[in-house]
Amino acid sequence: MATVTTEQVEARVVETLASFGPDADQITRESTFEELDIDSLDLVELAQVVEDEYGVVLKGEDMKELKTVGDAVDVIVSRAE
Amino acid sequence: MRRRVVITGIGAVTPLGVGAADLHGRWAAGECGIVDGAGSCSEFEPKDHLSIKEVRRLDRFSQLALVATAEALGQAGWFPAQELPYDPFRVACIVATGIGGIETVETQHDVMRDRGAKMVSPLGIPQYMPNAAAAAVSMKYGLRGQMYGVVSACSSGAHALGAAARMIQYGDADAALAGGAEATLTAFGFACFNSMQALSPTGMSRPFDARRDGFVMGEGAGMLMLEDAEAAEARGATVLGEIAGYGSTSDAHHLTAPDPTGAPAARAIELALRDAGVTPSELSYVNAHGTSTQLNDAAETAALKLALGEESARAVPISSTKSAIGHLLGAAGAVEAVATVETLMTRIIPPTLGYEVPDPELDLDYVPGEARPLMPANGGPPVAISNSFAFGGHNVALVLRGASK
Repeated sequence: MATVTTEQVEARVVETLASFGPDADQITRESTFEELDIDSLDLVELAQVVEDEYGVVLKGEDMKELKTVGDAVDVIVSRAE
Repeated sequence: MRRRVVITGIGAVTPLGVGAADLHGRWAAGECGIVDGAGSCSEFEPKDHLSIKEVRRLDRFSQLALVATAEALGQAGWFPAQELPYDPFRVACIVATGIGGIETVETQHDVMRDRGAKMVSPLGIPQYMPNAAAAAVSMKYGLRGQMYGVVSACSSGAHALGAAARMIQYGDADAALAGGAEATLTAFGFACFNSMQALSPTGMSRPFDARRDGFVMGEGAGMLMLEDAEAAEARGATVLGEIAGYGSTSDAHHLTAPDPTGAPAARAIELALRDAGVTPSELSYVNAHGTSTQLNDAAETAALKLALGEESARAVPISSTKSAIGHLLGAAGAVEAVATVETLMTRIIPPTLGYEVPDPELDLDYVPGEARPLMPANGGPPVAISNSFAFGGHNVALVLRGASK
């Protein structure tokens, strides 16, 4: 599998989150899921996209640790390597 | 004395447009919302009314319920006001459905088959559970009283209104949002109803007509804002009508066919009339269940004769909303209650569309041809019955009284 870059993952995560409701330009690495109104059900959907795309499995306990968009991107990139 | 339950807001999304007034006005003008054998809410565009999040997270039946609710609340003067006029724990929310989120079931089953069980959406259950519409309405508007879905096939909507009215009468709630929603115009929905030969092969909904050959499936939602009469008066609400009586029985006869004698259905009508303290001669209108199936329309005619007596049954005008929008299943009772309230408000009785060839066995006044003026008996506020019957043998009659002019 080709190496994924942080930029690629970030773009994919932002695109996915934007499809859940918040405006794409409102989503930054520093945005918290809480302020984006992204809840646990949304995060499970995000995890499905991530697994499908990068083969990275995010379990419930992994998701609990994630507070910001950047947290999620970093975990995905580190595990995809 | 028992608390009275008044109606202060009504809302509907139906094959005749988004809005309760459109439903009644267009039906009364002779317009039929059925196209190619289905009553689709073709004028309803979810994104025009709901946020991206709401559209993504709600099955179509819940979307329809939310939009009908917004109309009912707005008319009652509850929205866009920030604060509810009652303690939120005193506001109930009962939203019926016959089937629930079948579109979600089908979509997610496809996902499982094509991409594996792990890819099924976590939103699957919260979208298709039959209480999803009730939950969505409660959450959006902060209603914290009793809240649940009601399931009794094609009488679900009427049962929801009866349950909500009783809650207010008993004092468990001061107000309630109640109604029903259904969205089953899917390939699987059609396949199931077709295989039981319930749907009209000609795609025509013509209740009580000799040529009737089955029902036409429709989709939509109807919601009513109900309030304790004194509380509504105290806050200066405009009263549109009243749920004056409720009666419900069961056939205990057959899974899908009605009891042909109409006796259990007649008992529901009698109970509702007694509950309202209304005699058959005081009725100005009957909004029939009138599905356009051979069996229902015959059994309903028999039931009306038994419950009202031959003379009153022949005198009262009877029409079926299903002639204009098809059969909205679990939403039917609520949408038809909305249409009946509009009929009582406007005093215009819409006709049974498509009724041209009388069935010699069915000899009541089914309001053929054109709309006609509603004539209140005894000069007082007009009173009407709305009937709902269902697969499983459920019978519900609501007695609705119009506001005094």
